[in-house]
Amino acid sequence: MTPARKQRMIFVIVLVVGFGAATALALFAFQSNLLYFYSPSQIESGEVAANQMFRLGGLVVEGSVQRHADGVTTSFDLTDTQDSITVSYTGLLPDLFREGQGIVAQGKINNDGVFIAQEVLAKHDENYMPPELAEALQQAGGEHPESIQRTQHK
Amino acid sequence: MIPELGQFALIIALCLAVAQAILPMWGAQINNLNLMSVGRAAASGQFLFLLIAFLCLAYSFVNNDFSVLYVANNSNTLLPVHYRISAVWGAHEGSLLLWVLALAGWGFAVAVKSRSLPDDMIARVLAVMGMISIGFILFTLLTSNPFERMFPAAPEGRDLNPLLQDPGLVIHPPMLYMGYVGFSVAFAFAIAALISGKLDSAWVRWSRPWANIAWVFLTIGITLGSWWAYQELGWGGWWFWDPVENASFMPWLVATALIHSLAVTEKRATFKSWTVLLSILVFSLSLLGTFLVRSGVLVSVHSFASDPARGVYILAFLAVVVGGSLSLYAWRSVRFSGGGRFDVMSKETLLLLNNVLLVVSMLTILIGTLYPLFLDALGLPKLSVGPPYFSAVFVPLMLPLIFLMGLGPIAKWRRISLLEIFKQLRVLFVIALVLGVVMPIAIYRDTTIMTSLGIGAGAWALFTAVFALTRLLSKRDKSTSVLKALTKIPRAMYGMSVAHIGMGIFIFGVVFTSAFSDQKEIAVKIGNSVELAGYTFLLRGVGPEQGPNYQAMRAQVDVTKNDLPVVTLAPEKRIYTVQTNPMTEASIDEGLFRDLYVALGEPVQQGEWGLRIYYRPFVQWIWLGAMLMAVGGILGATDKRYRISVNKAV
Repeated sequence: MTPARKQRMIFVIVLVVGFGAATALALFAFQSNLLYFYSPSQIESGEVAANQMFRLGGLVVEGSVQRHADGVTTSFDLTDTQDSITVSYTGLLPDLFREGQGIVAQGKINNDGVFIAQEVLAKHDENYMPPELAEALQQAGGEHPESIQRTQHK
Repeated sequence: MIPELGQFALIIALCLAVAQAILPMWGAQINNLNLMSVGRAAASGQFLFLLIAFLCLAYSFVNNDFSVLYVANNSNTLLPVHYRISAVWGAHEGSLLLWVLALAGWGFAVAVKSRSLPDDMIARVLAVMGMISIGFILFTLLTSNPFERMFPAAPEGRDLNPLLQDPGLVIHPPMLYMGYVGFSVAFAFAIAALISGKLDSAWVRWSRPWANIAWVFLTIGITLGSWWAYQELGWGGWWFWDPVENASFMPWLVATALIHSLAVTEKRATFKSWTVLLSILVFSLSLLGTFLVRSGVLVSVHSFASDPARGVYILAFLAVVVGGSLSLYAWRSVRFSGGGRFDVMSKETLLLLNNVLLVVSMLTILIGTLYPLFLDALGLPKLSVGPPYFSAVFVPLMLPLIFLMGLGPIAKWRRISLLEIFKQLRVLFVIALVLGVVMPIAIYRDTTIMTSLGIGAGAWALFTAVFALTRLLSKRDKSTSVLKALTKIPRAMYGMSVAHIGMGIFIFGVVFTSAFSDQKEIAVKIGNSVELAGYTFLLRGVGPEQGPNYQAMRAQVDVTKNDLPVVTLAPEKRIYTVQTNPMTEASIDEGLFRDLYVALGEPVQQGEWGLRIYYRPFVQWIWLGAMLMAVGGILGATDKRYRISVNKAV
């Protein structure tokens, strides 16, 4: 092989091996680390497999927030205006967690049908609604409820 | 009056950008010096008028002109003056104005500093920067005009998002933008080289320091962002693999590849096409980052506002820039040939591996960031790719990269003997591995394989960076003193070592923080205390506190260790008067070896409050290391050989 060709071969081999490794790594990591997003009505209709970690989105039902005796466990109902599900979370809730507010929780459903959240996300902008949550609410409720619409000043 | 003046200045800047984009490029094609010289004048003028526009907007903010929609939405009479100024770039419209100002600033710097460059090259470089400028000024004027008026004027402003009222956020966006936009210079140089078909040593000497400086800004920008998130979001984390963070991290990874590849192109006149491709890639990723952040397509804490028209515009612009430059690349890059030959085992190959690993890590992040968007666009189930994915792909790619980091600096161009390198580094390698096991056990009585590997990797990066310098000293003439020999070492060499040492320190911080952090979320009665990592946190009391534009509940937490007082922390829960969002203001005792972090939650019942307490060992090393990398970049960019080449020609 001429030196120039050899050099080009090095390039090609390194690139192919590198990108092959990337694809393999990405696919491998994808298998176990993807989190699907479901709404309470999808859970009701049985779309969610048992013992699967997923993200749940909805509005916190007014008057449903209860604090347990230990002071850091909270339970509340999440609704997409059609169905609702009870969520339990141990830890301090984010600043923007409020009744009537749209939130996303990450966790699993236990045997009693309660969603045990490991993480609760409320967006850091009072007017912001995660797109999938807005869509899920729209699908479930038909009309977009006024209270959850994003205010946009234009 | 002032806002109209600002808008008028913006329009003039657009006209100048058009002149800058067309005339010098045409002049370079027909070899007309007069036309080419328009570039410098237009670039300077454009910068001046954008500066005027920017100052007009700042003036409106400082003087609370709520007849300007953008000011009314993002400021308030009670907002302290320094935050009124930073509010200029606190939301979409103003941050775009900052973007174009930064771009014009880079254009101005190129115009001023480029006396020694061939006229046709500088004409083309400035023309390309002018084209980018047109795209972004038009975008600002058409979809995001910060000077838009409202009638009647609002009596009071809606205030700046409380999260953004933080010193970190005052300088984070300007730094980040300077970095993003700075790569437009490397990009413009690449395009100019493709058009002219010339890529010689003058070209590399010129684009290398510019790429370095842009990289420094990007590094500082990302570091400040991470520091802000740690301080302000109240979760005690420093990196969340949030899509917006990824948007800035992807160009950083490829830019890091670029500054290494430029070294090969400068020293060995090879890797030319690859360097040009990387220059295009970095800037494309900067634009992609802008698209992701500004179009609101992401599910992210950063998506403060969104508008589909804006997204479509940036996407189209992105398509033109990326498509156009890649087509040009495919058509013209075959012209760059030649360069030094090298062996399979050589510094060139090591740097090639470095480049591939960096680009591959960028691709895995790109996949993780865009995959949910793709599925969404196809109407498939919604999902998110979380931090576990990124850790799973990123760590295996970084370990070999850090290993190579030790070999690269001492390897020779053209050909190396692995045996020789092995002989030089084997002791350091063993010490690094032993330290990886011993250090965590000595400090925390515990370790895992990944922790030890991580600490070992950090030690390896640190040792080999120092070794690269001491090796030069040991090679010196016996007659020269150590001090003299130290001054003889080129500044770029120091730059490399400092940046690599920074990387080592950064790794220490990351590994120790992720392995040995401790935390508690707990309800505490006033007068009671909590134990964490050997510290006792006593909640003394909680009382009201009045700020300039907020009311707060402030707790007093006395921290002791073995009955000796350590510090008194005062976390707050703030309610901002205008936006009425509650905001957690964590209180942090920063230390070289550990941070103590307390955030105040909600009152649970009478006299009992939720507290979030974190113990974060070595967390400051993360930002310290990153800042050292930036210092290294500055040293590299200001090396004597770049300055000489400029002065000689003047």
